[in-house]
Amino acid sequence: MKKKLVMIGNGMAGVRTIEELLKLQPDGYDITIFGNEPHPNYNRIMLSTVLQGDKSIEDIIMNDWDWYKGNSIQLYTGEAVVGIDKQKKQVISDQGRLLDYDELIIATGSSSFILPVPGSDKKGVVGFRDIHDCEMMIKDSKKYKKAAVIGGGLLGLEAARGLLNLGMEVDVVHLMPHLMERQLDETASGMLRKELENQGMNFLLEKQTAEILGEERVTGLRFSDGSEIQADLIVMAVGIRPNVQLAKDNGIYVNRGVVVNDYMETDVPNIYAVGECAEHREIVYGLVAPLYEQGKVLAANLAGIPTNPYEGTICGTQLKVSGCDLFSAGEIGDDEGTKSIKVHNEFDGIYKKIVIRDNMIAGIVLYGDTKDSNRLFRMLTKREDISGMTSVSILEASGCCGGGGEAGDVKAMADDELVCGCNGVTKGTIVEAIRTNELTTVDEVGGCTNAGRSCGRCKSLISDILAFTLGDQYDTSAKKAGICGCTTLSKDEVVAEIRAKGLTNVREVMNVLGWSQEEGCSKCRPAINYYLGMVHYDGYKDERDSRLVNEKMHANIQKDGTYSVVPRMYGGVTTAADLKKIAEVAEKYNVPLVKLTGGQRIGLFGVNKDDLPAMWEDLGMPSGYAYGKTLRTVKTCVGEKFCRFGTQDSMGLGIQLEKKFERLDTPHKVKMGVSACPRNCAESGIKDIGFVGVDGGWEIYIGGNGGTDLRAADLLDTVKTKEEALEITGAYLQYYRETAAYLERTAPWSERMGLEHVKEVLADENMRKQLNERLDKTLERYNEPWQEAIQDNGIKEKYYQIRSVTVE
Amino acid sequence: MQMTKVRINVADYHSLPVGTGQAVTVNGENIVLFKITNGDVKAVENRSPHRKGGTLADALVSGNFIYCPVYDLKISLDDGKVQAPDTGEVKTYHVEVIENEVYITI
Ligand SMILES: Cc1cc2nc3c(=O)[nH]c(=O)nc-3n(C[C@H](O)[C@H](O)[C@H](O)COP(=O)(O)OP(=O)(O)OC[C@H]3O[C@@H](n4cnc5c(N)ncnc54)[C@H](O)[C@@H]3O)c2cc1C
Ligand code: SF4
Ligand code: FES
Repeated sequence: MKKKLVMIGNGMAGVRTIEELLKLQPDGYDITIFGNEPHPNYNRIMLSTVLQGDKSIEDIIMNDWDWYKGNSIQLYTGEAVVGIDKQKKQVISDQGRLLDYDELIIATGSSSFILPVPGSDKKGVVGFRDIHDCEMMIKDSKKYKKAAVIGGGLLGLEAARGLLNLGMEVDVVHLMPHLMERQLDETASGMLRKELENQGMNFLLEKQTAEILGEERVTGLRFSDGSEIQADLIVMAVGIRPNVQLAKDNGIYVNRGVVVNDYMETDVPNIYAVGECAEHREIVYGLVAPLYEQGKVLAANLAGIPTNPYEGTICGTQLKVSGCDLFSAGEIGDDEGTKSIKVHNEFDGIYKKIVIRDNMIAGIVLYGDTKDSNRLFRMLTKREDISGMTSVSILEASGCCGGGGEAGDVKAMADDELVCGCNGVTKGTIVEAIRTNELTTVDEVGGCTNAGRSCGRCKSLISDILAFTLGDQYDTSAKKAGICGCTTLSKDEVVAEIRAKGLTNVREVMNVLGWSQEEGCSKCRPAINYYLGMVHYDGYKDERDSRLVNEKMHANIQKDGTYSVVPRMYGGVTTAADLKKIAEVAEKYNVPLVKLTGGQRIGLFGVNKDDLPAMWEDLGMPSGYAYGKTLRTVKTCVGEKFCRFGTQDSMGLGIQLEKKFERLDTPHKVKMGVSACPRNCAESGIKDIGFVGVDGGWEIYIGGNGGTDLRAADLLDTVKTKEEALEITGAYLQYYRETAAYLERTAPWSERMGLEHVKEVLADENMRKQLNERLDKTLERYNEPWQEAIQDNGIKEKYYQIRSVTVE
Repeated sequence: MQMTKVRINVADYHSLPVGTGQAVTVNGENIVLFKITNGDVKAVENRSPHRKGGTLADALVSGNFIYCPVYDLKISLDDGKVQAPDTGEVKTYHVEVIENEVYITI
C-alpha cells in the first residue's frame, strides 16, 4: 500500500515540493493537499502584474485542476486544516474532514501583517497577499479615488504602481526616510523615489501611522505627528507574518516560523515544514528562490534519496515596476571591513555599487542598468576571489565600452552562471535542455527546467539563450508561439500549410495538421476560420459555429445574457424617418437602454435573444457590426457643409468608405475617422485609419488606437482626391488582412511591420492594384447577416430560438 | 415542487442543430442542449459557472467541451466541470434519445 502524504497549504513552495517529489518518485505516495483559498495553485508573485493590469487572474494559474487530476492528487480547496493529532497521525479540517497521514507537510505560507492601530478593522483596509486582496483593490478602484499604501518596500511600491494603473491617486506612507531601505542605499533609493514620483506616486516619508479614520469605511489616516491625509482605500504592505498558529497550537516547535533542520524536519517525527512558514537557521525567507531550494531538499528526503542538506540562501531582490530597473543582494551598507566600488552616471540615471569584503563581493546595488546582476550575483554566491580583477573588469565584463550585443552577452556567460534566480537554473542546464529536448520556445524551456516560471524577469535572457543555442533556426521559430494549446504551429505556418495543401475548411485544417484537441478550441477555431477566408478570398464559406458568440449571433452579448442591436448609420449620419423607426422599435420591444455609442450610432441594449430577428425585421436597417472583427464605424465631423473651418466633404468621404468596406472580415476590429480640417473633430489621429482634410486634399493616418494601448496614428500619405483615398484604404486594409495575426490590431501590427515598410508597399502602384483586386473579390462574398436571419427559418431556429417545455 | 425525478421529452432529435446550443426551459429550469459531432446529446444547466453567471447557449462547441460564450471557460459536457482557466462546475442532466425524441431526467 502507498504511504499517505498530506500537505497543508496549496501555495508556491508547497506545490513546488510536490512537483519535485513527483519527478523523483511518481508513485510513492497518495497525496492530499488542503488549501484554504478557492483556487488551484497560482503564481503569487504575479499578483503585482495582475494589479498593474498586465495579466489576468486566469493567466497566473500555474497548476490547473487537470494537473492535480493527472497526478492523482486529491485537492481540497476552500478548506483549512484546523487540527493536527500527532499521536494518531491525523489532521482535521474546518469542514470536519478527518484524514490519516504517514507524512505531513506544513506549507501554510504567511499573511499580510496588519498594523495594530485603531481603526485597522474598518472596511477599505486590505493587505496585499492573495487573489482576494487583488480583486478587492480592483473593485474599490472603480468606486473610489484616493488610496494610501502603508509601507515603502517591495510589496508596497508594486501595490502603489498597480493602484496608479487602476486610476487612483496614491500616497505611499513610509516610516523610514528612504524607500526600500533594506535593499537600497541612499543614492539608489533617491533615484527610485524620483522615478516613481515622475510616474505619479506621492511619498510621505518618516510618517508613523497612528490611527485609521472613518466610520464604517476608512476616510483617512492620522499620523503620530498629528497630521492627516484623506484615503478611501488603505493597503497595508508593512510586512508578513508566518502562518504558524496551527503548528503552535498542536505542539510543534515554533519560534518566528516553524523551526526546521537542514532537511526541513520539524521537531515532531514525520512532520515537515517548507516555505514562508518555516524558520531555518533562524531565518524566515520571503522570496521564492530559497523556498524552492528547500522544496528540493524536502522532496528528496521524502523520496528517501540521499541529498545535500539545505544550508541557507543569499537572496537577490528586484522590483517589478516598469521604468525602475533595480537589483540588490547581500550587504548594502559600508563599514570598516568593506570597500566599495561605485559608479554614478547621473546623466543616464545609472548607479552601481559593489561592496567588497575580504576580496569577495559581499553586496550589490544596481539601479538603472541591471544587465550585470546575474554575473555579479553568481560571484557573490560562489564567493569568488576577485583580487586579480580591476574595478572596471568587475563592472563591465561584457566589453570595454559596456558593449557586446545580447547574443554576445550570452556567449560570454559561463555554463554555471545563473539565468533564473527564482528557480536556480543555470545557463548550462537550459542549453542542455534545449539540445536534448529540441526546445524552441521560452515556455517549453520553462516546462522542462522551471526557468522563467516565477517572476518572469529572466524570460528575455532565456530567449537570448535560445537564439544563441539554435542559431539560424531560432529566427523562424522565435515567432513560433503556437496559435493556441492545440498545436505548436505558428500563424505563419498555419497559413502556409493552408495555401500549400489547399485546405478549405476548419475541420480539415485541424485534422491534416494534427491538432491535439480534435475540434480545436475557442482560440484557434475563429483564427483558422479567418485565415481560410483570407486565403480563399474567392468565395470562402464562412463557418459560423467557429465564430465566437458575438459574431455567431450578429449581436453583442451582454453580461446578463441579453444582446444589443446597433444598426448601421453610415458616417454617423441619419434621418428623421430612421430615428422614428428606431424609437418605435425600442418602444415595441421594451428596450431597457437606448444609448448613443462612441462611434456615432444608436445602440439598443438589453434585448432578449429570441426578439432579435423580429427587431431586425421591424428596423429594416443593416447590421452595424458593433460586435465584429471588421469595419466598425467611420466617425466623421460635419465638415464643409456646415462648419466654417471645413475645407473638405468629410461626411461624404466617411459614408463612401463605410459603404465600400462594411462587413469586411479583418484580423481585429477596424475603426476609421474623417475630419475636414486639422482641428480633427472626428479624432482621426487615434483610428486604425484616419483622414484629415487639408487645402486641396487629404492626409491619411494609419495605426492609431484609442483603446487600452493608446497610440497616435502615423502619417502615411497625402492625396488629392477621394478616389485616391479609397484606393489607398483598400490596399492598406488588404495588406493588414494578409499579414497580421488574428486578433492583432493595426497599431501593434504597423509597429511590427514598420511604417517605412508599409509606406513602401502602398507606394507601389502595381502592389496597390493587386491588393485592391483581392479585396474587391473578398467583398463580394458577404451578405447582410440580419437580412439573412430574417429570411432563413433554419438560421432563426438554430441560433435564436428558445424552447419552453412545461410538464405538470 | 417536484420531489421525484421525472423523464421529460424536450426536443425532437433531428431538429436539434449540431454546433450550437439550444436553450429550453423545463418547468422554469433553464437548460441547454448540445448535440455534439458524434451525434450524442448533452444537457447542462444554462448558467455559466463563472461567478458572474451568464448564458451557455451560444457557446463554442468542440467535441465534448464547450467554451462559455461570456467568459471563455472550458467546460466538460460529460461532468460539467470547468477545465480551465478557473474552477467551478455546472449541473448536468441525464439525456436519453428514444425513437427520435430527446428526454432528459430532471
Ligand atoms: C504581491 C506579491 C509579490 C511578490 N513578489 C515576489 C517576487 O517578485 N519575487 C519573489 O521571489 N517572491 C515574491 N513574493 C513572495 C512569494 O510569493 C512567496 O515567497 C511565496 O508565495 C511563498 O510560498 P509559500 O508556499 O510558502 O506560501 P504561499 O504561496 O503563501 O502559500 C501558502 C498557502 O497556504 C494556505 N494556508 C494557510 N494556512 C492554511 C491551513 N490551515 N489550511 C489550508 N491552507 C492554508 C494559504 O492560504 C496559502 O494559499 C511576492 C508575494 C506577493 C504577495
Ligand atoms: S474637423 Fe474642422 S471641419 Fe470638421 S468640424 Fe472640426 S473644425 Fe469643422
Ligand atoms: S528570475 Fe524569476 S522567474 Fe526566472
